[in-house]
Amino acid sequence: MTTSINYEDKIPNNVDLSSDRRLQRALEGWQPKFMNWWGEMGPTLETQGVYLRTAISVGRDGWAHFDHVHVPDYRWGIFLAERDPGRTIAFGEHMGEPAWQQVPGEYRADLQRLIVIQGDTEPASVEQQKLLGLTAPSLYDLRNLFQVNVEEGRHLWAMVYLLHAYFGKEGREEAEGLLLRNSGSPDSPRILGAFNEETADWLAFFMFTYFTDRDGKYQLGTLKESAFDPLSRTCEFMLKEEAHHMFVGTTGVDRVVERSAALIREHDTLDIAPRGGIPLDIIQKYINFHYTVSLDLFGSETSTNAANYFTAGLKGRWQETRRKDDHRLTDDGVFLEKPAENGTWTSEELPALLALNLDLRGEYIADCETGIKRWNRIMESAELNHRFALPHPGFNRSVGVSSGHHVTPDGTIVDEATWQAAKHKWLPTSEDLAFVRSLMRPVYERGKIASWVAPPRNGINGKPFDYEYVHLA
Amino acid sequence: MVSFDTHPDRYRHWSLRVDGEVAWLVLDVDEQGGLTPGYELKLNSYDLGVDIELYDATQRLRFEHPAVRTVVVTSGKDKVFCAGANIRMLAAASHEWKVNFCKFTNETRNGMEDATANSGQTYLAAVNGSCAGGGYELALACDHIVLVDDNSSTVALPEVPLLGVLPGTGGLTRVVDKRGTRKDLADVFATRADGVKGRTAVDWKLVDELAPPRRFTEVVTERAKELAKRSARPDAEGVELTPLVRDRYVTAELGDGTVDITVHVPDAVEERRDAEFWPLAMTRELDDLILRLRTNEPERGVWLLRTEGDHEVVRGYEALLDTSDWFAREVVHYWKRTLKRLDVTSRSLIALIEPGSCFAGMLAELAFAADRQYLLDDQDAGAAGTLVLTEANFGTYPMGNGLTRLESRFWGEKSQVDTLRKQAGTVLLPDECKDLGLVTDALDDIDWADEIRIVVEGRAALSPDACTGMEANHRFVGPETIETKIFGRLSAWQNWVFVRTNASGEDGALRRYGTGKKAVFDRRRV
Repeated sequence: MTTSINYEDKIPNNVDLSSDRRLQRALEGWQPKFMNWWGEMGPTLETQGVYLRTAISVGRDGWAHFDHVHVPDYRWGIFLAERDPGRTIAFGEHMGEPAWQQVPGEYRADLQRLIVIQGDTEPASVEQQKLLGLTAPSLYDLRNLFQVNVEEGRHLWAMVYLLHAYFGKEGREEAEGLLLRNSGSPDSPRILGAFNEETADWLAFFMFTYFTDRDGKYQLGTLKESAFDPLSRTCEFMLKEEAHHMFVGTTGVDRVVERSAALIREHDTLDIAPRGGIPLDIIQKYINFHYTVSLDLFGSETSTNAANYFTAGLKGRWQETRRKDDHRLTDDGVFLEKPAENGTWTSEELPALLALNLDLRGEYIADCETGIKRWNRIMESAELNHRFALPHPGFNRSVGVSSGHHVTPDGTIVDEATWQAAKHKWLPTSEDLAFVRSLMRPVYERGKIASWVAPPRNGINGKPFDYEYVHLA
Repeated sequence: MVSFDTHPDRYRHWSLRVDGEVAWLVLDVDEQGGLTPGYELKLNSYDLGVDIELYDATQRLRFEHPAVRTVVVTSGKDKVFCAGANIRMLAAASHEWKVNFCKFTNETRNGMEDATANSGQTYLAAVNGSCAGGGYELALACDHIVLVDDNSSTVALPEVPLLGVLPGTGGLTRVVDKRGTRKDLADVFATRADGVKGRTAVDWKLVDELAPPRRFTEVVTERAKELAKRSARPDAEGVELTPLVRDRYVTAELGDGTVDITVHVPDAVEERRDAEFWPLAMTRELDDLILRLRTNEPERGVWLLRTEGDHEVVRGYEALLDTSDWFAREVVHYWKRTLKRLDVTSRSLIALIEPGSCFAGMLAELAFAADRQYLLDDQDAGAAGTLVLTEANFGTYPMGNGLTRLESRFWGEKSQVDTLRKQAGTVLLPDECKDLGLVTDALDDIDWADEIRIVVEGRAALSPDACTGMEANHRFVGPETIETKIFGRLSAWQNWVFVRTNASGEDGALRRYGTGKKAVFDRRRV
């Protein structure tokens, strides 16, 4: 017999865990495995306490409770946004019907698959970022890394909760599977390719949290529209936390750009590498890489799966309810730009229903543009002429209509030889990566920061930058 | 709502006369007696109503008339034996009605062959006039066919040339498989509308013998007496099939797309020799329920099968059935036929093995007939569904393919069946049921309700046609028999032909029959 655990104390929740036998039984089996996984695959750096935010309830104050926490003792909670009892389905063939409180048998397999794929990305990024703590540029950044990690852990819990609460025995097996697949493992890799790449350095971490976590935000946004209400409410709450990851990425890249700009002005040269800064062209190459790998996560531009999910009500569009159309899309069309045989772009009209991935990707690209604008404003205020840009969506793609074609960042379709000759100008080379890695030396002293990144304007929760965010072992 | 209740006193189309060891089953269809309005049953043509009476008669012959050893099937009309299924009825019927009707017709004919093979009650067709289509298929279900040799009466399968459909209730199969007609001659026979008479019919093995009109009755009687000699049926007192009492041992709750069927077992074993004997009463109820649900509830596509009672009582009844006594044998064969009816039912069957159930021996066959078996293992409450195998699971109740349901389940794994046989008599606990491959899954009580709901909802979302086809394929592994060919190959082709425009389209042969207009075919072979 397992000893009974007081779940109310250990796991902050608003799902009435203490009276849900099924959930308790499932967690009894899962929680120790999760703790083992965290021990083996979680952050390598040992700490005595990290100044973390813990969600203890979904209310205005409850979701942001700060304190120093010994990370393995972090209270991963289970929270769903408040239920709207009158919620109806906003799109697809079930539009107008009450949202589902149980999984309809018809859609069990599809919903389970969607949740497993979403769930699989959450622990994956913890695994990818496992070693980063060893090279943190400041205690402030180290704390942010841990915050992102525990929140990814909590998002895993959120998906596991859904699997445990609504998908029975198979759900429990899938929940365990989320811990058995590991990022980069040759035998049992994570489901999506981008989550099997190691996050090698802190610039990659900032780029990942800007671009790849932003993909997560948009995926969660589509699931928030789901007719399956518990999934919708879970994702709604997760989106709140996802905003912090975006913040880490946005301000992280800001601070790198800011520091590089300062070094350029100080030394009056673009070649700031010898001064311990990251040259602007390397930053652009990182943008090119992380942005395009993240575009691949949206899947192929045309997708019958996405169409089926939409029609069934499983997955909506970004901000579905604010859209002004019939929410069924049975008669609408859109245009897709695709590479033609003769090396030009051609436009193909598609049923809108089949182009939902393209629709979501469009929303994402627009959002990514705001980051580019921010970083260019930093350039402007430093009176530098260099401007960052997002590459063409056909650039460096392994998924979709442009995969199999070589497209330059400005959208020109080129042949293999041209591509090979110029690739090093667009994507990080092994020398670039080695250089960035050479800058990655830990700075664990209060108030100090590495050479390649500017300090933040503000600390966490009103604390100053030189606050001891992490007690090291 | 179609009811399958009837009695010889109320027959409109048949009469049943018992004369010692020979019974005369005489077809004299009431033209105005169609089950639904819109057609006249001319020339001894039949509809479901006519077949319901035939089924009733075959059942009563087995239970109420143990002394009958030969059953003569003949016509009460002049110059016509039977013209087959009524074409106007078929042309007007919905597809599922036609299919269900043909299935029931097939089952009754298989039942006649079962009586001949297993009950010493041989069927003899006395074809005293023209005999076409379903009429000849009825004759084919008999063991011996005597055709009147009047230079005009023929046997014929005119479906292909006249109607653009198949002789779908066993005709094509039995001509070659049962009677051994050469395939080229069968091809000629099945494509000429006028059929074959006299000597040729005998030469082609379409009938067994001829008899001139004036000696016809005499020859038939003589043959009937001869066939009777083969039988070991006792000159015993029959068991009357009293009016069926429903909802005692088999209950059904109609749900949203589902039917919850529960077989109830009494508290104690009671040996009786009447229609109240539990195995007989229960079988009659289930048989009737299957027929009514199939005919009247086509949209309820998932049947959930449960049992309720004590394993020991089931085994007690099995012990009573394990004798050579004619009545016990009839009950066993009736349960066998009812299980076969389940096997060919176009509904998704899911057995729910819960605490308090009694899937033992003959009732375990219900679980094995199902497409899936879920077992509830409530470990917290210390209560679980269990299975008990008995000798009855190893040969007493074969399927249409000639295999037991366990042999079918473990096709290609004979050793597994041998292993299971060693387990006969023990109560198999959830883990054993799972390890032995007897259940699809054993579920904890915390998952049970949700999992079953999801299984049922998931099933309900699938295409009913695809489910029907898939289930029929999975249920019948292994060898082909006349029965599996009829329910598989012949019915499947027939049902396909029925929905093609060449048959049922505006200009199709079935629709144009009797209009004087010629059918227009899409000439492309598919």
